[in-house]
Amino acid sequence: MKGAAHVVVLDPGALTTIQDLGRPGHAHLGVPRSGALDVPALRLANRLVGNPEGAPALETTLTGIRFEVRRGCRFAVSGAPCSVRIDGRDHAWGSAVSVGPGAVVQVGAAAAGLRSYVAFAGGIAVEQVLGSSSTDLLSGLGPAPLAAGDELTLGPSYAEPPMATAIPTSLGRVLHLDPGPRADWFTEESLARVGGETYEVGAASNRIGLRLSGPALERRRDNGLPAELPTEPMVLGAVQVPPNGQPVVFLADHPTTGGYPVIGVVRGADLPVCAQARPGDRITLRWAEPARAEPGRPRGS
Amino acid sequence: MEARRVGEHAVLVECVDLAEVVASYALLRARAAQLGAVEVVPAARTVLLDGLTDPVGVVESLSTWVLDQSDAEAPEPGGVVEIPTRYDGPDLDEVARQWGTSAAEVVRIHQSVEYTVAFCGFAPGFAYCTGLPAGLEVSRRADPRRAVPAGSVALAGEFTSIYPSASPGGWQLIGTTEVELWREDLDEPALLVPGSLVRFVATEMR
Repeated sequence: MKGAAHVVVLDPGALTTIQDLGRPGHAHLGVPRSGALDVPALRLANRLVGNPEGAPALETTLTGIRFEVRRGCRFAVSGAPCSVRIDGRDHAWGSAVSVGPGAVVQVGAAAAGLRSYVAFAGGIAVEQVLGSSSTDLLSGLGPAPLAAGDELTLGPSYAEPPMATAIPTSLGRVLHLDPGPRADWFTEESLARVGGETYEVGAASNRIGLRLSGPALERRRDNGLPAELPTEPMVLGAVQVPPNGQPVVFLADHPTTGGYPVIGVVRGADLPVCAQARPGDRITLRWAEPARAEPGRPRGS
Repeated sequence: MEARRVGEHAVLVECVDLAEVVASYALLRARAAQLGAVEVVPAARTVLLDGLTDPVGVVESLSTWVLDQSDAEAPEPGGVVEIPTRYDGPDLDEVARQWGTSAAEVVRIHQSVEYTVAFCGFAPGFAYCTGLPAGLEVSRRADPRRAVPAGSVALAGEFTSIYPSASPGGWQLIGTTEVELWREDLDEPALLVPGSLVRFVATEMR
């Protein structure tokens, strides 16, 4: 995969990382799964340029990226809708375009949402760690976040027929949660709050967690449970509640274990909502199945 | 085994203590393919099975499983990993104070135990080693350090561990080792994995 670079980063914006589908399967070693936060958007960008859906691509944050083309290549932008300018001329978001040496590409600030994905035909060739090229901001595994001057080399193009074009879809502002595993640690009032209360996305949110602020989710005091939860394994989408009662949704770079109770887990279909939520956005929590009698404790026979 | 649902694709197996975690993990790891699990992740009192296509079915099958004592006593094929350690940590006296003994006795006791890695977490390759006698739990530092050097041998709660890389940390530091805990250039990057047996061996002070 070595060779002259195809692309040189001029300005990586607020944060641009290389992401694929991450490295699941190593959590028992303390290795976060990592990978694209908005997986459907990564898959879409790759389909637009004829790549396998999980090929390594760029994940931008709010302010896009500017890069210069050194060797001819083909790219497409998906995820958060934004302007795409090639040498100052507008090009459509959501469709592939070929660019030649010397072209300067500006992927603009997100018009809505937070994270855009830039896939190049052939994918970005970068050394894998545990089977993935993803940057993990918690553990530091994978390539460092992009900096100005970084060179990207692409792999050989795939023979897959590319998809024609995509149109932006608007994401809802609701997270549907399955209760548990520690819903029984919380008061009835707090459990009811998850059935429709609205929270504000905090500025400290990142690839590790979406920090929500709003009415506190409080622990029961009368349940005979220990004062603190023994360290427990954590899943993607877990809504962990620290003692201040302000929920944190665990995203791709989340720690593999945690010490606070998890009131519920966000449905996979709603994870892109988390990926595209901006600080200040208001997000509503809802139970995925409102009528479950005993949260977190579905019984077998 | 009793398990509860965690979201759409995972279940959490509950254990009474760390010894049961170690035994349950060994059994569940061996049967991960049969259960359809992508991840089998132990922690302090639970073992997570993640990436399941049929979590309801897994909860039901697990309810018929009984943990056999022989699972717990099955010897680890990997043998005992020795960690050559210089007992030169800045918190040796603090641990001695908490244990009501001398620093020399802390060094002796720490080496006398054959530990088992109960689980990993906090950072890649950070292994929570269990086996210290009851009553020798250690309180974390009230004021966590902003930078703990890689290779620091440390104690907290009922565990001992080694920092694989420099990081912030609140554990009490009793020594250092030059053993590399995490090597990305290897197919198996972690030196210590859940179930590994570990012994600390004092090296000469230099």
